[in-house]
Amino acid sequence: MTTSSTGYLLEATDVSKRYGAVVALSSASLQVKPGEVHALMGANGAGKSTLVKILTGGVRPDAGVIQVRGSERSAHSPAEARRGGLVSVYQEPALIPDLDIGSNLRLTQTPVEPFRDWAQRLGLGDLDLSAMARELPLASLRIIDLARALAIDPDVLMLDEMTAALPANLTETVLGVVNERRGGRGSIIFISHRMTEIAAVCDRATVLREGETVGVVDVADPDSADRIVELMLGEIVEDLADRDELLTRGRLDPGISPRLQVKGLAAAARLRDVSFDIRPGEVVGLIALEGQGQDELFDILAGSERPMSGEIVVDGRQVSFRHPADAIAEGMVFVPADRAEALLMQRSVRENIALPFSVRPRNWGPVPRGREKPQVDGAVERLQIDTRAQREVRFLSGGNQQKVTIARWVAGGMETLLCFDPTRGIDIRTKHQIYPLLRELAAAGAAVFLYTSELSEIQLACDRAIVMFNGEIVAEMHVADADEVTLLRAAHNLKADAALPEEVVAAAHAEEDRIEEEPSR
Amino acid sequence: MSTTVDTAMESPTASRGIFNRFIRRNGWTLGLLGILALLLVATKIIQPNYGPAGIQGLAISVLPLALAAVAQTCAVLARGIDLSIGSMMALTSVVAAVLMDERSEGFAMLVVFGVMLLGLVLGAINGSLVVFTRVPDIVVTLAMLFVWAGCALLVLSTPGGGSAEWLGQLTRGPLLSDWVPKAAVLLIVVVGVIWVPIRRSRLGLSLYAVGSDPVAAFRSGVSVTWTKIFSYMLAGLFSAMAGLTLTATTGIGTPVPGPYTLLSVAAVVLGGVSLAGGRGGVFGPVIAVVILSLIRTDMTFLNVDTNLATVAQGLILVGVVMVGSLIQLRRER
Repeated sequence: MTTSSTGYLLEATDVSKRYGAVVALSSASLQVKPGEVHALMGANGAGKSTLVKILTGGVRPDAGVIQVRGSERSAHSPAEARRGGLVSVYQEPALIPDLDIGSNLRLTQTPVEPFRDWAQRLGLGDLDLSAMARELPLASLRIIDLARALAIDPDVLMLDEMTAALPANLTETVLGVVNERRGGRGSIIFISHRMTEIAAVCDRATVLREGETVGVVDVADPDSADRIVELMLGEIVEDLADRDELLTRGRLDPGISPRLQVKGLAAAARLRDVSFDIRPGEVVGLIALEGQGQDELFDILAGSERPMSGEIVVDGRQVSFRHPADAIAEGMVFVPADRAEALLMQRSVRENIALPFSVRPRNWGPVPRGREKPQVDGAVERLQIDTRAQREVRFLSGGNQQKVTIARWVAGGMETLLCFDPTRGIDIRTKHQIYPLLRELAAAGAAVFLYTSELSEIQLACDRAIVMFNGEIVAEMHVADADEVTLLRAAHNLKADAALPEEVVAAAHAEEDRIEEEPSR
Repeated sequence: MSTTVDTAMESPTASRGIFNRFIRRNGWTLGLLGILALLLVATKIIQPNYGPAGIQGLAISVLPLALAAVAQTCAVLARGIDLSIGSMMALTSVVAAVLMDERSEGFAMLVVFGVMLLGLVLGAINGSLVVFTRVPDIVVTLAMLFVWAGCALLVLSTPGGGSAEWLGQLTRGPLLSDWVPKAAVLLIVVVGVIWVPIRRSRLGLSLYAVGSDPVAAFRSGVSVTWTKIFSYMLAGLFSAMAGLTLTATTGIGTPVPGPYTLLSVAAVVLGGVSLAGGRGGVFGPVIAVVILSLIRTDMTFLNVDTNLATVAQGLILVGVVMVGSLIQLRRER
């Protein structure tokens, strides 16, 4: 095998990509040596997934060079990337549910014999090739997808969050295979949120932040985990939270009984055992890496999904929601990250604000505009929504749209506000209107539960922080202790004093055995 | 924990055998065949002298719609829908009738191939518009419904033209036995010769893949763009053949589209093809067409008002699909 003069098997240099006004990647670089397992790290929104899509041919970069063995390559589709020797395996297996496994192999022109060998080594010895993909459990499909990729012995194998939803024993098997390929002919790009897996199998890690490559860390270094966390965060912005003010937060009368109590909530595979309380007047922040069960938790609290077990207690009464209307009736209201999920984009601001409290089935009669107007106007004024447009909500900026979502609950009256990453994709000015608003609402007696993908928001808006990992609460702290480093470590389930990889892997996975198989798609 | 994987590998498939799996995978089609058999028995009871002549009439009358249903299946399998099938049939039918009118039998052979090529071109235009304009399938093909219908009227403003003698002979009369109509043999041969090889090729796999899960298909290296265009080309090809059978069986070309488009959608649904794409085959819809036609025939024998028969046809469609889905749902649990 020949490599370029630089000795890299895959080299991406100064790759950039914009989506409209949003810069997804400004200057990302990645250099993968032959035979190494290379981790690609970055916080949410750092540009990791865009870089992955560019490497696999799903997205074309605006600028930048991608070289494979020293010669420039541009893949315009996964098929081309595949022919160029780069194969990806994702968390969601790329198997066609309505075709049998044999047909799926033929679709990607994968030779059967090597596939069988790999399947056997990965624990699927008695695989029936004529089984329909939709009839197999998801974990098996993930393994089949990996075996299919390994069967063509690719130069570069990309594992994109592949282990995120695998049961523990399969994760070990996969990590074992990854480890075996170290020092071989091909390379592996390994993407995972689990620091322990990175430490266990990777040689080097490239860290992305805000669309840029900010560093390459040698994983063998003893303090590599800390280095990676540091690089992912960048310079911590200090000007935002006032230390003295932080310490005064969350000083509630201990006699106040909780507004919302969640006890042992579990659902499907992602949410396993979650318990916490929120008291009126309190903003509780939730931090979690993507896919740790927070989506399921909010869906259950908002009444869109039903839990498998556990209790939700509102003001001391146990409740069960069959429909979001039930949650709203209990004063538990939901603000999603995606405004399009909450708003009627083609209707006016007024209608959007008035909707939840005018459409309950028992008042399907005429809309009482006289009563509605002061409520709506009050909410618009309070949130400083820019209504100059006086038109459809879709003409408002993202920030103003999000304010409309919150305003509807302010106008309608609520006691528990569930915010799921409410500032995602919102301009900084509006963000800084939303944080005080949440604090104000809490001061007025509301209980606010805020999931955020931005660590800094915890100290900007919250009294208390809880951290979820793998469907469970792993840490809880007062806001004064919840600096970004602590939160990020907790979110990766790293203990305060650097933990040993093997032990943490075992601890993190021990419980995972209980994860039930999700039905395949 | 290793049991998760092991049991999953053994349980639903390997142990029960190939026969069981065949029944399970083709359950819907087999069910339709059962309904068809019952209907034939019922027909014989209602009309004791129903025999070879009736069967031949049935085969000739279902031929255009059966091909239209196959055309629709090709579009629907790849998660599309083609509302211009009826208009493409009209256009190809009049083009064939005008070109064959008072020409030699040999020239007609050329015309047949030319018209099939025309179908492929019409389908390619439909598919390209869908893929490159990113306008939804249903809107593009609705628009093309008018375009192709207008073109048909431009070619021939009133019914007319002619058909080659041999083309008509292909559909009329029995083959070998009185009970085997030529029209049915023609249908099976044409669909078999075109569909079966495609179904077994990588192209056919792509068709199902795109319909089943476009993202997974894309990641598996399938070109979603070309597969979609290809599915519409197939729809065009089968529409052209349906148009040719219209000309062949009536002897003239009719520029006004018949009710084929919506009936083809009905047949696809009744034939067990998922409108969400990726599931089903062409034989289900063909049997569904025969069933729909036979129900009409039976109602005529029973002197049911034709308008009432149309209402009944709709209700039967909903009923069968509902019951069928319920059975499938229960089995998947």
